[in-house]
Amino acid sequence: MTAAATAEPAIRVEGLDKSYKTLHVLRGVDFEVARGSIFALLGANGAGKTTIIKILSTLLRADAGSASVNGFDVVARAADVRESISLTGQFAAVDEILTGRENLVLVARLRHLTGAGAIADELLERFSLSDAATRRVSEYSGGMRRRLDIAMSLVGDPRVIFLDEPTTGLDPQARLEVWRAVRDLAGRGTTVLLTTQNLDEAEALADRIAILHGGRIIVSGTLAELKKLLPPATVEYAEKQPTLEDVFLALVGEEPRKEPR
Amino acid sequence: MTTQFFGDTAILLGRSLRHITRSLDTIITTAVTPIAMMLLFVYVFGGAISASSDSYVNYLLPGILIITIASGISYTGFRLFLDMKSGIFERFHSMPIARSSVLWAHVLTSLVANLISLFVVVLVALLMGFRSGAGVLAWLAVVGILGLFTLALTWLAVIPGLTAKTADGASAFAYPLVFLPFISSAFVPTDTMPGPVRAFAEHQPVTSIVDAIRAIFAQQAVGTDIWIALAWCVGILVVAYVVAMITYRRKTA
Ligand SMILES: Nc1ncnc2c1ncn2[C@@H]1O[C@H](COP(=O)(O)OP(=O)(O)O)[C@@H](O)[C@H]1O
Ligand SMILES: [Mg+2]
Repeated sequence: MTAAATAEPAIRVEGLDKSYKTLHVLRGVDFEVARGSIFALLGANGAGKTTIIKILSTLLRADAGSASVNGFDVVARAADVRESISLTGQFAAVDEILTGRENLVLVARLRHLTGAGAIADELLERFSLSDAATRRVSEYSGGMRRRLDIAMSLVGDPRVIFLDEPTTGLDPQARLEVWRAVRDLAGRGTTVLLTTQNLDEAEALADRIAILHGGRIIVSGTLAELKKLLPPATVEYAEKQPTLEDVFLALVGEEPRKEPR
Repeated sequence: MTTQFFGDTAILLGRSLRHITRSLDTIITTAVTPIAMMLLFVYVFGGAISASSDSYVNYLLPGILIITIASGISYTGFRLFLDMKSGIFERFHSMPIARSSVLWAHVLTSLVANLISLFVVVLVALLMGFRSGAGVLAWLAVVGILGLFTLALTWLAVIPGLTAKTADGASAFAYPLVFLPFISSAFVPTDTMPGPVRAFAEHQPVTSIVDAIRAIFAQQAVGTDIWIALAWCVGILVVAYVVAMITYRRKTA
């Protein structure tokens, strides 16, 4: 099968281990993300999602294990990894004092692309920000800021995009806009690794889902595969299809306190 | 690699210069305190303080310029802190650009911002009667010393800018620097001071820098002051640069 060569995963993580001083956050994380797919890393607050994203985007070094992105080792080939990726961090990394357009032009120039202005205009259009293009970002709403943030990550069409909790703190309307942008990305063949605490989000967007808990990936698979993991008894009693939330809670054990929605 | 470094630094410098031109108030604020001090000292205390030179503004200006720089670099620490916190540093660091460019852009911006503030302060001093027969070369020498001092303090400001937990922490370190000129030859000659104070005043960097600049403005021989002043600037610069770079490497893994 010649598919094996081309099916080299976009992201491969093996035995990743990371501690912050005495806090052992990652204890042997393994997963792979196929090219052109949307992969959701699901975990509670503090599970280590951002830590994984930082290691993959060359911002942080793992204590042990290995990771490669677009076929490049994140430590040995960091420069090539940076050429291949784009990071949309947990908090919108936009320049408040610049306008939306200036932010995009800045990133395009830093990526050494020609025609930075045209690239900026195209992305402003695609993210419905054309009207706000010449306004300072400090005047943008949360949703606009997040859209700009994602648009900035798309400059130069990177092969792999990391989205760290892209919809946290957004209102439902803005969340749907971001979801549309993410689906659009995958449609263009970009690999998306997104993290979320939100089960609906993983369910709505991802081709494959991995649950990070206790420093490990405790399960991973398609939504259908995960639903099969539920004990049959529970399924019988359930009136409707089990949601990912049911799976999650069954696997990690019901938390004593549940966050109000 | 090096051409990429210069190219990336230029792009990022353009970005932070926009921050400066869009918040000119920070430059004004930087210049206001030293100008207020200059007015206070010249028009309120000036009569009582009998300095050796004929015009007290002439005597005062070098020290006021030092205070301008000391308060200016607190904004450098602050701007750096904001970038660290906002996540934009992480975006830059995950991009294929020379990492040290990110820091150098801030440093060069600090240099530009401080030179603008210094220019404003000198203009006010001229209005208040500051006069110097110094030629172009002498003025360039003054700009050179002040530029070097700004660079040294800027690298010093980078350290709290990178490590501070709060915005106040990032800029507060500059306050002691603002007061350093008061225990120096900036406002009164050191020989009026009591023993230990005088010993401190005569052996801290501000006195030699102030004396050197004052001598250049007055077209007098600068003597050894200029070498002591340069040694201080270069010494602070090297130590601060090394510590700042180590801190930066550690922060960015
Ligand atoms: N720089 C750091 N120093 C110390 N502890 C940290 C640091 N970054 C994260 N942590 C801790 O590591 C754990 C995992 O953090 P993180 O990866 O941000 O989780 P998540 O993104 O899943 O919420 C948390 O308990 C967090 O407090
Ligand atoms: Mg996180």
